[in-house]
Amino acid sequence: MDLLIPSGGLLFWMTLVFLLVFFILWKWGFPSIVKMVEDRKAYIDDSLRKAHEANEKLANIQKESESIMQKAREQQASILREASATRDTIVEQAQEKAREESSRIVSEARAEIEAEKQNVIRDIRNQVAELSVQIAEKILHEKLSNDGKQMELIDRLLDDVSSTVNNDSK
Amino acid sequence: MKRIKQLFFMLLVLFVAAPPAMGRDMSKKANVDVKDILWGHIKDSYEWHITDFGDENHHHPVVIHLPIIVKTSTGWHIFSSEQFSEERDANGDRPGPYNLVIKDSEAKDNPNKIVEKISGQEIIPLDLSITKTVCVLFIDAIILLLIILIPARWCKKHKLDDPAPKGFTGLMHMFIMNIYDDVIKACLGDEAPRYAPWLLTCFFFIFVANIMGIVPFPPGGGNLTGNIACTFFLGVSTFLITNITGTRTYWKEIFWPEVPTWLKLPVPLMQIIEIFGIFTKPLALIIRLFANMLAGHAIALSFAAIIFIMFSIADSVLVNWLAGSAMSVISIAMSVFMMLLEVLVSYIQALVFTMLSAVFISLAHVREHRA
Repeated sequence: MDLLIPSGGLLFWMTLVFLLVFFILWKWGFPSIVKMVEDRKAYIDDSLRKAHEANEKLANIQKESESIMQKAREQQASILREASATRDTIVEQAQEKAREESSRIVSEARAEIEAEKQNVIRDIRNQVAELSVQIAEKILHEKLSNDGKQMELIDRLLDDVSSTVNNDSK
Repeated sequence: MKRIKQLFFMLLVLFVAAPPAMGRDMSKKANVDVKDILWGHIKDSYEWHITDFGDENHHHPVVIHLPIIVKTSTGWHIFSSEQFSEERDANGDRPGPYNLVIKDSEAKDNPNKIVEKISGQEIIPLDLSITKTVCVLFIDAIILLLIILIPARWCKKHKLDDPAPKGFTGLMHMFIMNIYDDVIKACLGDEAPRYAPWLLTCFFFIFVANIMGIVPFPPGGGNLTGNIACTFFLGVSTFLITNITGTRTYWKEIFWPEVPTWLKLPVPLMQIIEIFGIFTKPLALIIRLFANMLAGHAIALSFAAIIFIMFSIADSVLVNWLAGSAMSVISIAMSVFMMLLEVLVSYIQALVFTMLSAVFISLAHVREHRA
C-alpha cells in the first residue's frame, strides 16, 4: 500500500527540481526553439513562394522575348520589302531621268548640228556665189555689174543647183 | 550477418556456462527471494544498491551511499546513509545515529522509512533525504536541461537563413516540433504558445525519466516515473493549471450544465458527477503513468529473476543446469522483447500524459455554446 502514498521528501524535491527545470526551459529553452523553427518554416515557405514567382516571371519574360523577336523579325521583313520597293522606284526614276536627259542632250546636239550645218551651208553658198562670180569674171574677163539683180539671179541658180545636188544625194 | 549470428550464439553459450563458473553451489535447492529483488528496485531507498559479488558466505554489495537530510526533535541532521548499520536489530530495523532507524521493509507502518525512536515511541521526522529516486531525479533533470538547452543554444547562435541544423540538434528540433505541432497545437490551437513550455517540459521530463529507467545501470535504472510522488506532482500541476485557467463557461457547465432541470435541481446529480470528473481526470493521469512504468520495471525484473529461480529449482546439479540454461535463452529473448516494448511505452506514456493534459486544458477553455 505504501507504493500508492507519495513520500513527502521526494514530493518536495520533485516540486523543486521540476519547477526549476521548467523555469529554465521556459526562459531559455522551448520558446526560442519553437520560435526559431517556426520562423525558419515561414522563411522557407516565403523563399519557395518567391522562387515560384520568379520562375513564373522568367517564363513570362521568355514568352515576351519570343514575341518581341517575332515582331522584330516581321518588322525586319517589312523594312526589307519597303527598302527594295524604294530601291526599285529610285532606280526606275533615275533611269527615266537619264533617258530624258539623254534624249534632251541628243535633241539639243541635233539642233546645234542643224544650226551649224545651216551656217556652214550659208557660208559655203556665199563662198560659192563669190567663187562663181569670180570664176565668171575670169571667164568673161569682163566685169559684170555687181548689183542686186545679178545676185538674185545667182541665188536662184544656186538654189536650183543645190536642189539638184540634194536630189542626187537622196 | 553471419558474423553477428555467430557472435550472438557465443554470447548465449557464455550466459549458459557462466553461472556454474561463478562458484555457486548448484547442487542445492535454493529460494530466490524475487519479491525482495523486485521491491528493492522499484521502491525508493536511502542508498543506491548497484550489485553484489562474491558467494553466499562472503557477500560483497556495491552500494552508493547517499546523503540523509532529516529534521528530528534535535534539529537538522545531514549525514551519509553509510552510518546506518547493515545489521538489523530485533525489530528488523537498521539503527543509525541520532536515535534514527530505517524501518524494516515488512514493517506495518512506515516500511523502509527513517523514523526517530525516542523511548520506544516512533516519531516521523521531516525527511528531505537525497534518496535513490531523488538522485535519479537530479540526473534526469540535468540530462533534460542538456538535451533542450544545447539545441536552444544553436538557435541563439544562428541566423534565420543559415543552413538547417544537423545531427542531435536537428533531431531535437524535429522532435520538439513534432510534439508541439501534432499534440499541443492540435489540442489548444491559438493558445498553444502559452501552455507549450509547460507541456513540453512535462513531455520531455517524463520521456527522459522513462528512458533512463530502462537503462539497467547507473546513472539509469532508477524508477522515477514509476514512483507515485513524481506522477502525483505532475497530475496535480495539470489539475491546478486546468482549474485556475478555466473560463467562466467551464465552471458554468459544471454547476449549471444544460440538461433537463430535474437532473440538477432537487438532487444535484449532474453537479456531483461533474465535480467528481474534475478530480478523476488528474487522478487518471497520475495512476496511468505510475502503473505503466511500475509494471514495465516489474516485468523486466521478473524475466531476469526467472533465470536465477530456474538455476536453483531442484537438488540436482544437472536439473538445475538444464533448467537454468533453457530458461536463460527464453528469458533473454523475452527480455529483449520487453526492453523494446518499454522503449515504445516510454514514448507513448509521455505522449499520452502530454496529450491528455493539453486536452484537459483545452476543455477548461470552452467558449459560450453557439445556439
